[in-house]
Amino acid sequence: MLVSQTRAIGVEGLNVEFYTPRGALRAVNDVSFEVYEGESLGIVGESGSGKTTLASAIIRVLPSNARSWGRVTVYGKDLGSMSESQLNREVRWRVISYVPQASQNALDPLYRVGDQFVETVRAHTDMSEKQVLEKASELLKHVGVDPSKLNSYPWELSGGQKQRVMIALALLLSPKIVILDEPTTAMDTIIQAQILEMFRQLKQFERLTTIFISHDISVIANVADRVGVMYAGRLVEIGPVEDVFGRPLHPYTQGLLRSVPDIRRKDGSFGYIPGSPPDLVNPPSGCPFHPRCSYAVEICRKLMPPMELYAKDHYAACHVISSRKDLGLG
Amino acid sequence: MSDDNHVLAANGLQVYFRVKVGGKRANVRAVDGVTLGLERGVSTGVVGESGSGKTTLGKALMKLVKPTAGSVLFKGKDVSKLSRSEFKKYRRSVQMVFQDPFDSIDPLFTVHDAVAEGLRILGVYSDRAELDQAVYRALETVRLVPAEDYAKRRITSLSGGQRQRVGVARAIAMNPEVVILDEPVSMLDASVKGEIINVMGQLKSVGKTFMMITHDISTVRFFTERVAVMYLGKVVEVGPTDEVVNEPLHPYTQALVAAVPVPDPSQKVKSLAQGEIPNAIAPPPGCRFHPRCPLAQEICRREEPLLREVRPGRYAACHFAQ
Ligand SMILES: Nc1ncnc2c1ncn2[C@@H]1O[C@H](COP(=O)(O)OP(=O)(O)O)[C@@H](O)[C@H]1O
Ligand SMILES: Nc1ncnc2c1ncn2[C@@H]1O[C@H](COP(=O)(O)OP(=O)(O)O)[C@@H](O)[C@H]1O
Ligand code: SF4
Ligand code: SF4
Ligand SMILES: [Mg+2]
Ligand SMILES: [Mg+2]
Repeated sequence: MLVSQTRAIGVEGLNVEFYTPRGALRAVNDVSFEVYEGESLGIVGESGSGKTTLASAIIRVLPSNARSWGRVTVYGKDLGSMSESQLNREVRWRVISYVPQASQNALDPLYRVGDQFVETVRAHTDMSEKQVLEKASELLKHVGVDPSKLNSYPWELSGGQKQRVMIALALLLSPKIVILDEPTTAMDTIIQAQILEMFRQLKQFERLTTIFISHDISVIANVADRVGVMYAGRLVEIGPVEDVFGRPLHPYTQGLLRSVPDIRRKDGSFGYIPGSPPDLVNPPSGCPFHPRCSYAVEICRKLMPPMELYAKDHYAACHVISSRKDLGLG
Repeated sequence: MSDDNHVLAANGLQVYFRVKVGGKRANVRAVDGVTLGLERGVSTGVVGESGSGKTTLGKALMKLVKPTAGSVLFKGKDVSKLSRSEFKKYRRSVQMVFQDPFDSIDPLFTVHDAVAEGLRILGVYSDRAELDQAVYRALETVRLVPAEDYAKRRITSLSGGQRQRVGVARAIAMNPEVVILDEPVSMLDASVKGEIINVMGQLKSVGKTFMMITHDISTVRFFTERVAVMYLGKVVEVGPTDEVVNEPLHPYTQALVAAVPVPDPSQKVKSLAQGEIPNAIAPPPGCRFHPRCPLAQEICRREEPLLREVRPGRYAACHFAQ
């Protein structure tokens, strides 16, 4: 692994609130983490846990009914202090690219693939049309798409090909960081495996820093060096992927891991977490997981547990971890 | 592979859909010669990528689509030749739970309305109190309790997991012998999938025969004893689920299994098949899998491999399987 100590992204106390007819909805709640140059940080959580909102807040493309506060830095630069046009000129596509959820369906059906490359980056680069197309065909080769597809229309491509095109597009201006939101969701397993394999090769080749978002723990296990687990807008655990999935500390992470079907196993019962995630307009007091947590004690209903370090690089936010003997900590 | 032990079976079943492509008529060969029986009390999985014909096979077994050729046998009898009363029995005995059962539901529909619908149509109970009791029993089976409270709720007010359980309750209320589940948990979040799988697992233990259609082999591994693998309208492998998953014989099954991610970072997926599933209008000649198969030889382009018993109880349709 080529992880350096250079901090590519810093997120500090990030919050996002949506205005909804029912009241304010806190989709991202006091989230802090770092991403180091060359690493792949996985973000995992069930639907509605705030993953997409977190990604949009980092790159500042939130919908108009949202307001956010907290700090996001990219290579030390505070994005909050930049104007929209400065972000477009200096940051988006050139330093960070974002591949939104289901973005392969957003390709304009009226334009050929090559034109989409040219149009998309026009505002962000001085490259000529010819240069863009040359770079695009080189990138398409890397992601396993025949460069002749630059002349095709989106509807002439399969779902897997379109997703590869979106990844190539994100790489066009040689960004250092790429944020991918559910890039393999809704794909068949064989196509997903092709994309995951391609992604691993690409990372080695381009030495990219990535944030890879998925609701699927097993997908994250395939691509991440470190992983953060989200629940109800909060980051509840973060650490090296081997530790978080091998020795999970937070009761939610533990429950989630027990619920994942594992093709290698056929034993006991299929785990699940009783209940369902909370309504974020009226979230539970204290720890948001307490209504579903079998370890909950009195304090959990009153106080949000702070994120604390329990093992090397391995943090979790839960009141009872230090008193649980089954976790084998110190 | 169709005998008296089979509650429900497809026999040489073909389902073609007529479509127009660029003004010309064509056939989508959704199911193209499938013979597969559901043994009483045994759960069978049907797996394969989307577009392989799984849902169409399920619908044909329910007689919701008309076979182009071949037949569906209910307890050994061709369902297109049943008497009125026999047909009514079959309608009640074979139930299907769809992927998103309340996708386009009337917003006023209550859980009671949904669960009672089938019973009403077939006029199973003439007495209102009896009907209510049947509805409550079904809701209790899927652990939507207190059933009386859930029965009054609108479907639209339920979470995804609860809706899916209503879908199962609605099938169970008919007291069927066979339940066909189409991607029963694919849309659900990980933390709630297990609850539904466990509910259905209990129905297995009371002797219901399940067919579980899904692209998720991990769930099939857990839930079923037998599995059939479909590719472009054909069954390419059948056998005991454990054996098929541990040692798949058909190259397509091998690719499917190797592509399944596991929650362990030390084990990565492998991509063994190239490209994507072709169009079912013009399937490739010879072995339909040959353009993607890493082991394809000359013969595969010309000759279609038949499903044969490669090892005792293990069937595969590949020239080279052994
Ligand atoms: N534009 C919006 N307006 C109001 N609420 C929203 C909007 N976008 C997302 N949300 C809500 O924010 C929460 C987090 O959503 P999202 O970030 O999409 O989660 P995830 O990506 O983890 O599924 C959910 O409760 C969702 O309903
Ligand atoms: N009503 C229909 N009309 C035309 N084509 C159809 C229809 N239903 C399904 N198909 C086609 O039949 C093939 C098999 O579909 P389906 O049975 O839904 O597969 P699966 O459930 O395995 O994804 C696909 O190519 C699909 O597009
Ligand atoms: S803080 Fe309390 S409720 Fe929250 S996860 Fe820990 S034990 Fe459970
Ligand atoms: S018959 Fe040939 S192409 Fe088909 S699966 Fe076997 S080896 Fe592959
Ligand atoms: Mg999302
Ligand atoms: Mg289907």
